[in-house]
Amino acid sequence: MDAVRKSEPMNNRTTVVKRSDREVVVTRSFNAPARLVFEAWSKPDLFKRWWVPKSMGMNLLSCKMDVRVGGKYRLEFENPGAPEPFAFFGTYTDVVPNSRLVWTNEEGGENGSVTTVTFEEKGGKTLLVLSELYHTKEALDAAGTGAQDALHETFAQLDELLATLGAK
Amino acid sequence: MVQYSDAHFNASFAALSDITRRGVLEQLARADASITDLADKFGMTLTGMKKHVGVLEQAGLVTTEKIGRVRTCRLGECRLAEEAAWIERYRQLWDARFTELDKVIEELKRKEKSDGRRKKK
Repeated sequence: MDAVRKSEPMNNRTTVVKRSDREVVVTRSFNAPARLVFEAWSKPDLFKRWWVPKSMGMNLLSCKMDVRVGGKYRLEFENPGAPEPFAFFGTYTDVVPNSRLVWTNEEGGENGSVTTVTFEEKGGKTLLVLSELYHTKEALDAAGTGAQDALHETFAQLDELLATLGAK
Repeated sequence: MVQYSDAHFNASFAALSDITRRGVLEQLARADASITDLADKFGMTLTGMKKHVGVLEQAGLVTTEKIGRVRTCRLGECRLAEEAAWIERYRQLWDARFTELDKVIEELKRKEKSDGRRKKK
């Protein structure tokens, strides 16, 4: 039925657990040294090739990343029905080459989530652990993927609403 | 910690141990569906899907209702059903990303190898 999944080595499965009401942790192994996995996370040209899989149903317009402590990132997506693109942005708060990345997610305002990614090399393979820590349980419940599409629609609607209000 | 030896609890875990069944929960979190819809969606026979839904139903994760000739499935109203559906959706996004990331990394590996060979010459 699902050829891709079956051909994957068992130990390279993506697992997701909730560590608490506010934190969700994703784990996955990669058959490569940490420096290469890290490279794919820290160079925008590489990052944008995998961050937006087709199943997300979103089109990436641009991807800017200044991967150093205090550096900013900004991803802009096509936003049909609205004049402005839909943007995800934030700040890198910790960068340890080949080992750790921490960034804030500021598109939702001040109390956005914090994403921590660690890369741990063992025998030529890399264990990647990604944590998303939200400010509240409610924020975590509303997050996820379909929610991103929903948020996308919500923002498009909000833009329309603002445009109407502005016109008055 | 409370000791759970409850058969129902075991049934829930057994139900969640299968990737198709987790996928069914994720699907039902989006919208109710008939067994036929689900069988189509997961590329399965009706009989196969009926079995999966039966396991989920026994665990209380899914409820079904027969209206006319169609059996409609809904996500169960328990917290565990919602939780499992949420996690599966999250996992699917990251799994799709990581499948693409594997390709990028393979390319970097090949490049590093060929660059290494070139340097040795």
